[in-house]
Amino acid sequence: MEGFVQPLRAYEHWLAQYKRVWRGTLGTSLVNPLLYLAALGVGLGTIVDRSQNAPAGVPYLDFIAPGLLAAAAMQTAATESSWPVLGAIKWTRTYYAMTATPLTERDVLIGHQLFVITRVLTASAAYLVVVAAFGAVNSWLGLLTIPVAVLIGTAFSMPLAAYAATTESDSSFPPIFRFVIVPMFLFSGTFFPVEQMPLAFELAAYATPIWHGVELCRGLMLGTIDLLPALGHVTYLFAWTTGGLVLARRAYRRRLFK
Amino acid sequence: MSENGPMIYARGLVKRFGDLVAVDGIDLDVQRGEAFGFLGPNGAGKSSTMRMIGCVSPVTEGTLRILGRDPATDGPAIRGRLGVVPQQDTLDTELTVRENVLIYGRYFGLSRRELRPKIEELLDFVQLTERAGDKVEPLSGGMKRRLTIARSLVNDPELLLLDEPTTGLDPQARHAVWDRLFRLKQRGVTIVLTTHYMDEAEQLCDRLVVMDHGRIVAEGSPRQLIEQFSTREVVEVRFEDVRPQNGALAGAGDRVEELPDRTLIYTADGDATATVIAERGLPPHSTLVRRSTLEDVFLHLTGRTLID
Repeated sequence: MEGFVQPLRAYEHWLAQYKRVWRGTLGTSLVNPLLYLAALGVGLGTIVDRSQNAPAGVPYLDFIAPGLLAAAAMQTAATESSWPVLGAIKWTRTYYAMTATPLTERDVLIGHQLFVITRVLTASAAYLVVVAAFGAVNSWLGLLTIPVAVLIGTAFSMPLAAYAATTESDSSFPPIFRFVIVPMFLFSGTFFPVEQMPLAFELAAYATPIWHGVELCRGLMLGTIDLLPALGHVTYLFAWTTGGLVLARRAYRRRLFK
Repeated sequence: MSENGPMIYARGLVKRFGDLVAVDGIDLDVQRGEAFGFLGPNGAGKSSTMRMIGCVSPVTEGTLRILGRDPATDGPAIRGRLGVVPQQDTLDTELTVRENVLIYGRYFGLSRRELRPKIEELLDFVQLTERAGDKVEPLSGGMKRRLTIARSLVNDPELLLLDEPTTGLDPQARHAVWDRLFRLKQRGVTIVLTTHYMDEAEQLCDRLVVMDHGRIVAEGSPRQLIEQFSTREVVEVRFEDVRPQNGALAGAGDRVEELPDRTLIYTADGDATATVIAERGLPPHSTLVRRSTLEDVFLHLTGRTLID
């Protein structure tokens, strides 16, 4: 029982802080999809659709909307699990306030990750609403993109929390975004099918968690998903999540209980 | 060990970080209701010891029992009965004063209902009632410290750990903090603190240890330490141009210490010593006779070399 309740106590801290800024982040969560879908889905999409060669045989807007939702989950999770983690160690020292109480490194980690999940959840819900407004949700299965987005989020936030807890300075983060997150955003099936790339790049894309997330979201939103590959994608994202969780817990223990 | 045993019991306590030996085999017994101090220069091992006592740093070697229990196995349970005032603030600067105590109380599993009156009582105790609804960020250093103390008391701790509670505060703020700590001591809360302010140790501690290079080099009440490691009084003399030759002051007191700007003579009777110096035909530019303080003990034991 205590094991479930204790992380929630740490989670309360993050919620109390979020209470002050949620309006602003919700605004961003709505405006971003609006801009992306208008520019790429409608603007660029008009040209793509004219080529009569649209990927997956659907309007380009419908093709990229689920990809963008998946990518937004990744971005939100990565951002929330990097600077704030290091900040809670070095700048606000929030984690040390927590470990001076009965909370353990596990509670501190899970409490923070619950908040990351909250952020991913709200961001992807906002995304889905905007996508629906653009008329690009083709199936009721599209609702399942929300739990999938959470899984995409944890597949990134857990390993990143592990990394953040071992770093000394926030200059460690920009390279992660520049060389890992942004390339994944651009080349993992969000904007075009990965089969279009040279084989080496295509194979590399399959190894990224985001490609699996994009495939899931797209299958769900278009209503074309097949159970077996879907299970494979979910398993892969789970593997990153659990692996990251184990590493993060160890990193937190080493950092906070030196 | 029963619950009535010592609050802190340590034998041969060692903390190593790689090759660095931060704490090098110390023994401690802190009894219920005591105010106990760790004195020592930076890097002496005070904070490492405090972190072990606070059950957030595993013991490398030796035995440690806090409230009769083993931090290695019962860390969270022990921490639930401790209050901690860390060296660096860990306040939520974006939250209000009241929210800070509330959220911290929640970490201990206290309900919002029981916390509500508790928070008002604690903020009153540290004189922050008027700022209860204000954000923490603009508060002064002294107010933040007092808030940290209020927060550390939210679980009615049996043992309060304070790591340099007044470092960086102005004199008014320091006295305000001391006043609160003194009241806690009167209520019977066991207090363990580290400091490098001698006046703080003299004001608050019933008993203290002086640490240097990870070891305990002296132990006792402030008075015992002064008696043991210093003399009753100290005469500080300054000479205008030429200092007396080496040895000219020998025998004027128990011990003579030459500093760049002045000479200290440790003696049982300061006035008599001052007279002797004058009689030897060495009229100083200025003479100050004062009581020996912990600072004399401290500098005698840990040396005058600057440690950063």
